[in-house]
Amino acid sequence: MLDLTFEAPKPKVIAGAKHDWELVIGMEVHAQVASKAKLFSGASTQFGAEPNSNVAFVDAAMPGMLPVINEFCVEQAVRTGLGLKAKINLRSAFDRKNYFYPDLPQGYQISQLYHPLVGEGEVLVDMEPGIARRVRIERIHMEQDAGKSIHDMDPAMSFVDLNRTGVALMEIVSRPDIRGPEEAAAYVAKLRQILRYLGTCDGNMQNGNLRADVNVSVCRPGAYEKYMETQDFSHLGTRCEIKNMNSMRFIQAAIDYEARRQIGILEAGGEIVQETRLYDPDKGETRSMRSKEEAHDYRYFPDPDLLPLEIEQAWVDDIAANLPELPDAKKARFVTEFGLSEYDASVLTADLANAAYFEAVAAEAGDGKMAANWVINELFGRLKKDDRGIEDSPVAPGQLAALVGLIKKGDISGKIAKDVFEIVYTEGGDPAKIVEEKGLKQVTDTGAIEAAVDEVIAANPAQVEKAQANPKLAGWFVGQVMKATGGKANPKAVNEIVTAKLGL
Amino acid sequence: MSELTKMTIAAARDALGKGEVTSLELTEACLTAIDGADALGAFVHKTPDLAREMAAAADARIKAGEADKLTGIPLGIKDLFCTKGVPSQAASRILEGFRPEYESTVSQKLFDAGAVMLGKLNMDEFAMGSSNETSVYGNAVNPWRVNGQDLTPGGSSGGSAAAVAADLCLGATGTDTGGSIRQPAAFTGITGLKPTYGRCSRWGIVAFASSLDQAGPMAKDVRDCAIMLEAMCGHDPKDSTSADLEVPDFEAMLTGDIRGKTIGIPREYRMDGMPAEIEALWAEGRKMLQDAGAKIVDISLPHTKYALPTYYVIAPAEASSNLARYDGVRFGHRAKLSQGDGITEMYEKTRAEGFGPEVQRRVMIGTYVLSAGFYDAYYNRARKVRTLIKRDFEDAFAQGVDAILTPATPSAAFPLGQSDDADPVAMYLNDVFTVTVNLAGLPGIAVPAGQDGQGLPLGLQLIGRPWEEGDLLNTAYALERAAGFVGKPEKWW
Repeated sequence: MLDLTFEAPKPKVIAGAKHDWELVIGMEVHAQVASKAKLFSGASTQFGAEPNSNVAFVDAAMPGMLPVINEFCVEQAVRTGLGLKAKINLRSAFDRKNYFYPDLPQGYQISQLYHPLVGEGEVLVDMEPGIARRVRIERIHMEQDAGKSIHDMDPAMSFVDLNRTGVALMEIVSRPDIRGPEEAAAYVAKLRQILRYLGTCDGNMQNGNLRADVNVSVCRPGAYEKYMETQDFSHLGTRCEIKNMNSMRFIQAAIDYEARRQIGILEAGGEIVQETRLYDPDKGETRSMRSKEEAHDYRYFPDPDLLPLEIEQAWVDDIAANLPELPDAKKARFVTEFGLSEYDASVLTADLANAAYFEAVAAEAGDGKMAANWVINELFGRLKKDDRGIEDSPVAPGQLAALVGLIKKGDISGKIAKDVFEIVYTEGGDPAKIVEEKGLKQVTDTGAIEAAVDEVIAANPAQVEKAQANPKLAGWFVGQVMKATGGKANPKAVNEIVTAKLGL
Repeated sequence: MSELTKMTIAAARDALGKGEVTSLELTEACLTAIDGADALGAFVHKTPDLAREMAAAADARIKAGEADKLTGIPLGIKDLFCTKGVPSQAASRILEGFRPEYESTVSQKLFDAGAVMLGKLNMDEFAMGSSNETSVYGNAVNPWRVNGQDLTPGGSSGGSAAAVAADLCLGATGTDTGGSIRQPAAFTGITGLKPTYGRCSRWGIVAFASSLDQAGPMAKDVRDCAIMLEAMCGHDPKDSTSADLEVPDFEAMLTGDIRGKTIGIPREYRMDGMPAEIEALWAEGRKMLQDAGAKIVDISLPHTKYALPTYYVIAPAEASSNLARYDGVRFGHRAKLSQGDGITEMYEKTRAEGFGPEVQRRVMIGTYVLSAGFYDAYYNRARKVRTLIKRDFEDAFAQGVDAILTPATPSAAFPLGQSDDADPVAMYLNDVFTVTVNLAGLPGIAVPAGQDGQGLPLGLQLIGRPWEEGDLLNTAYALERAAGFVGKPEKWW
């Protein structure tokens, strides 16, 4: 794999009333493991099922019920770790995080505090071509999701839906390496992209399958560099954690608000209180949820119902050997193999399905650059207009490749090709046949073009004179010939013949 | 009829096989005995209809020549086991009205082997106690008496012990977290085995302290324990801590031949203020095993003195978390709420009403030792000491010791009501000889070996190597034969 070279982006600087400030952001992303069954029970994870229908006895914490680890969920987490170039811990362990809440039937969440499954890794967050942030991953651990409490169905009662209880989550914890709201959103986007490539999380943020807790602090310019040199957190400001964000837009808005709030306090001589905050998208502000003093004492301790999780290097190697090509590698390959710009390669690799579509077109058409242009400019544009995804594209890769092939052969011009594309998009069919049947084939027969040029010259003596005096006007003749041939004449050939006949 | 209930499992099995008795007759005899023994408070949920149904099915199986190890044998099941459709409330108010939709692995295995369930047996609430006095049903009573005074049958498996000792059933299940099978067995003159941790599945048994809990048989003799254990144990994929090991034919290993075996006598088990009778019994046991051909060696288990405090940190810590699920939200008791009460009030009132004082005490101790700032000083230190205690035993076994002989309890059964105003730590001292075995995950068995001056039974404990219950049972068998304990309580109930 060939790495593309990049530089780190500049940190976001916010000008306060007194000084400039920089942002320091770390994230805990909770990604639901793509798995049909829950982490410790055989119950289904299907979204949108009838409330309390996907609940095993162990999920409801019935007396005497015991958790048994779902091997596939572990495999998915290992795959994720490998995808983030992280260290896989062959021995990890589960701990109980104790707190009372009706949607947490056991009274504790099974998580991995002391010995996570996955150790240090990294995510390369692309900001623009040639600019990317390397964000260090501290750890990934596995844990159970909680259920859902519903407080607005009845004035006097609350309801609990345990369908989500016990679903496997991966908590992906970053180091405080993110330096602005845009980077934060780009980080989540990149993580989501990698997870989707790996098939370990569907990344559906609306359903809550990917959500982030965002830690924000501010510091004076220069302080962050000292932290990076020493890894001593005392160089950084006190952080606040904004919980449970499930939209890229809100993440950016919340960070921006929170940074300005903290700067306001600091510049007024105040101190930041470490606390958990919630973002209110309606008001566009964060507000305190609980302070450090009110923080739960989770009384973590090793879960005695589960033995330490021991996995074998050979198993990890096997998963590693079968990892799909990941976004960074694919992008680099598109640049080198097809000669695409980094920008185009980014667009095409943003989503695995898009990339696969493009590769199919490029392979069949034998021209990556042209294929990229058609996929990005025509197909994506058209799909976007209809609010469709690549999966619902009415144009199959073979059809688009055939269209590109016709242009390459010189059978049709780019302009005609757009018309053919529209026909294929709306009515379907084989582009070559459409061109044949509708008589759209480009005229490259010089005899026919010459005849058409002669006709136009003969009919417009005044224009001939003008053009001979001012060769720039030859274009008018080209236009007339194209019009006469219904756009089918090869523009290059027309140009040449017109120039010759006018004696320019 | 009452003679039938006095049979051992082995004898009943043979009689059933020969057609000398039917399971229905045996079951009816037990049901009659149970109905006549309400004063013992042993059975807290009787299941006569189910028992007759199971007995009839067993008789059909026997007739068809398809009898299994326990076909037709009537047993009692400790209330800690979840039994499908039958109240299972761990002797706690908080599980009032709870009838599980599932059957615990151990009870299912017993039923699969043909056993008949007579009902559920009394115990200390959530298995927390050594006298059966913390039960919501009221205490069980020891069938053994001194001068008409009611004595404890021990705990937590007090109902199981009383039922077996009073011949209300042929055998019973118990569970043992710190001595809850062995201490009541010793107090009532029966035999009780705590298997190696992981030998029996914990699935479907209400959890007290998950890293210590283990189910085991309580029966009239060593052979019956061997028969029951074989049916109860085995790998269960539903319990991650269950061991994937072959189940040997434990009964076949009872030869009584212990020649060449090495028995360790741990010097640290000689406690200050230990009654002379216990001391004397221990010495007798040593001699019996020696006479049977075993080599006796004095050994040291140096961390023994830390076992009790270690246990009373680890067990409550796990319990505080295991019992968090009893919150009134989904099953069991929920307190009546007042206008304006929210979820916090529901938790507080439900748990205050639902849990008895001993359970509340342990939940609070457990919460405390796990809390921020105290975790390292208590829980983490206790875990480290636990490792040292385990290593003590490993060292002893590595030196060639096959089994370790100790007293089972520091005293004979004590009067009920004695502990009402007492320091709870005094009660915790009952477990002094037994908790080490749970902390180390080893198998341990209590065998009746003598009587005190008042005629009350006394037991000795044998501790075995991990997974070698067969060998341990055989040593216990030799001890049982040498001791020749045949005492039975005089019927007063």
